[in-house]
Amino acid sequence: MKFFMNLSYRYKIPLWGGLLILISSLTVSASFILNDYNQLVRDLEMESDKLGYSLKSNLFSALLQDDVWRAFEIISEASRRAGSNRVLVESIIVIDNQQRVVVSTQPRQARMLVALKNIDPEFAEIATQIKQMEGGASRTIYLPHSKHYYSLSSIEKDNTSLGTLIIVHSKAVFLPLFAENAWQGLWIGALILAILLPFNWCWGQRMARPLLQLAERMAQLGNKWPEDLDPHLYEYRDELGRLYEAYNLLLGDLKAKELLKNRMIQSERLAALGQLAAGIAHEINNPLCGMLMAIDTLKCHSDTSPLTKKTISLIERGLTQIKDTVAALLVEGKMNTRHLMIQDIEDVLTLISPTSGKKALHIIWHNSLTEEVPLPATYVRQILMNLLMNAIKAAAQQGEVACDVGINNQQLLISVRNDGKMLSAEQITRLFEPFTTFSEGGHGLGLWVTYQIVNQLGGTITVNREDDKYMNFTVSLPLGTPA
Amino acid sequence: MKHLLRLLCVFLLASGTASADSSPLRFGITPATARNQYALFEDWRVYLEQKLTRPVEFVVRENLQESIFLMRQKKLDFAWVSSPAYIENKQQTTLLATPVYHGQPLNRAFLIVPASDTHTRSLLDLKGKIFVYVDPMSYVGYLEPRYQLVLAGEDPDQFFKKTFFTRDQLKVVAAVAVGLADGGTISGFAWETLALSRPDITGQTRIVAKSPPYGFPPIIARRTLKQRDFTRMQGVLLGMSADPAGISLLKRLNLDGFTTADEKRYRSVSVMMQRMEDK
Repeated sequence: MKFFMNLSYRYKIPLWGGLLILISSLTVSASFILNDYNQLVRDLEMESDKLGYSLKSNLFSALLQDDVWRAFEIISEASRRAGSNRVLVESIIVIDNQQRVVVSTQPRQARMLVALKNIDPEFAEIATQIKQMEGGASRTIYLPHSKHYYSLSSIEKDNTSLGTLIIVHSKAVFLPLFAENAWQGLWIGALILAILLPFNWCWGQRMARPLLQLAERMAQLGNKWPEDLDPHLYEYRDELGRLYEAYNLLLGDLKAKELLKNRMIQSERLAALGQLAAGIAHEINNPLCGMLMAIDTLKCHSDTSPLTKKTISLIERGLTQIKDTVAALLVEGKMNTRHLMIQDIEDVLTLISPTSGKKALHIIWHNSLTEEVPLPATYVRQILMNLLMNAIKAAAQQGEVACDVGINNQQLLISVRNDGKMLSAEQITRLFEPFTTFSEGGHGLGLWVTYQIVNQLGGTITVNREDDKYMNFTVSLPLGTPA
Repeated sequence: MKHLLRLLCVFLLASGTASADSSPLRFGITPATARNQYALFEDWRVYLEQKLTRPVEFVVRENLQESIFLMRQKKLDFAWVSSPAYIENKQQTTLLATPVYHGQPLNRAFLIVPASDTHTRSLLDLKGKIFVYVDPMSYVGYLEPRYQLVLAGEDPDQFFKKTFFTRDQLKVVAAVAVGLADGGTISGFAWETLALSRPDITGQTRIVAKSPPYGFPPIIARRTLKQRDFTRMQGVLLGMSADPAGISLLKRLNLDGFTTADEKRYRSVSVMMQRMEDK
């Protein structure tokens, strides 16, 4: 039983259904067969009664005239005639009121004038039953373990009985007739089963399929993100439908949590990196300023040899490069108090035009600002500049770069899109870390700086793949950020 | 006027003769004397019609009494009856012809029992048994066995446990064959004729005894029958054995022919009947 209960629903549902169909069919067939059997018994009794009834009148007159031969001819003819009927007449016996045989179709077995009870034990029992019969009655007697059944009817007219007619039927007729009907019933049952069982199997499989998929997906939950459930597999609003819905909600929640967790980890890492970078930058910046000032002083002395001048110039360029780099890392300090104007955005378009022109890019520009925006213009311009320069660099030759700037829901939204190489999910998670570059020639600080600025302005920056064709950077900055 | 009267007389005479000849002669038959071979009777009837050149009707009745009754009522002209039936109605009937069987106008009575009964040696062994008679007016199937019992000092009414009638010689064989009766008597002619066509039935019986020969059941005529009709019928019957169609019919009847009936042949039966009445 446990083995059966452990089976998959794929098998359990059809098996249970099949079992129920089988039991139902058998029960229905059995009840039909039983009913048929009872009907058969009733039919045979009725036919026997009819036979008895048709004989009684003629027998009465024969008995009245003590015409034994005529009585014999009547019952012999009836016995022969009944042979072609459904009722199988084995013999017919006529007895008088003293229960002595008057005539019988088998005179050797039931001798004339012999007492009925002396023929054999079965007839002795019949004799007892005849005594209990009421006048005019007819009845059928089934004796246990007997190969025969007996149909009795009184031979009477005007309430005068001259004797009793005993028709001895063989039970042998029952089995073939019953078997014939039973076979018919069983064939019909088998036909119904042949139709219902495959139908049940398909139905069971269909019922189990959504459940199986759900179970399979849930089993995957611990290891990996399962594939989405086929929305067309089960579209109904029953318990299973609600289970589907609950599963989808649960999966959505889990995915959102996972995303949130990843973002937090990322932003924590970026924050730590930012602090580290700012600390290092400060530490470098102070001696660097000193060194640059010293170089500047040294350059003012005219007695330095040309070689020294050349060396000083070399050191100065190196130090300046270090300063630039450090400055890039150190995104803080001076916040321009001037608010962002529409023109600031348009300036950026002018600034990038030469670079984009080199790659013959198609620039889609959409600036929907209509008035001054309460955000620091310098930072916003830098963000836009960085994103656009990155996009131009990433875009394919004669590719497309789109820029959309607008206000929505008290937020400045900047969206920059390019049709360059797609970044993988893994690359996207590391995109805002310093010195991370996926293109040639970049130092990997552009997006880092952008991220830092956005962060400082209390906004968010997201990257996503659009239709697997575009990389889309979206910056959202809350208005009114204190400059 | 004289001519007219003469013409009228001729016409009446002619029409009277015609009506007498066109009325059918009625021939009574019972199963007690002749087998129920209806096709054969029909052929015989047609044969008689052709020979007599007038209609013949065969009237079949269940028992001898009915045939005799019809003859007394003048509804039968001829009848094939048993010897006792003839003797009882001698006043109203005359002998027409007697069938010839095995060359003689004689028959015998056979006492038969079921083939399974191997013990019975004579009628007296059947005491307390069930016995089947043919007809109360039958010689072979009633009078003869009862007479034998009387001769043996038995009371025929008490001798058997039970008796019954079949009205038909052949049914006696059937009753004995199936074991309904323990014994019965039947004419040797009937048994032997049946044995030719249904040996399966006669095979189920055993002949225990054969009686001495007695006059074959005769064909009688109504005493009031016209002599001309009597003579013509007698002539046709007697002439059957000399006529191919008649021979063919006789063969089917299992008879050799017909002969003039001699009343002396039935005297022994008459004596028997007298004896039984005196008892």
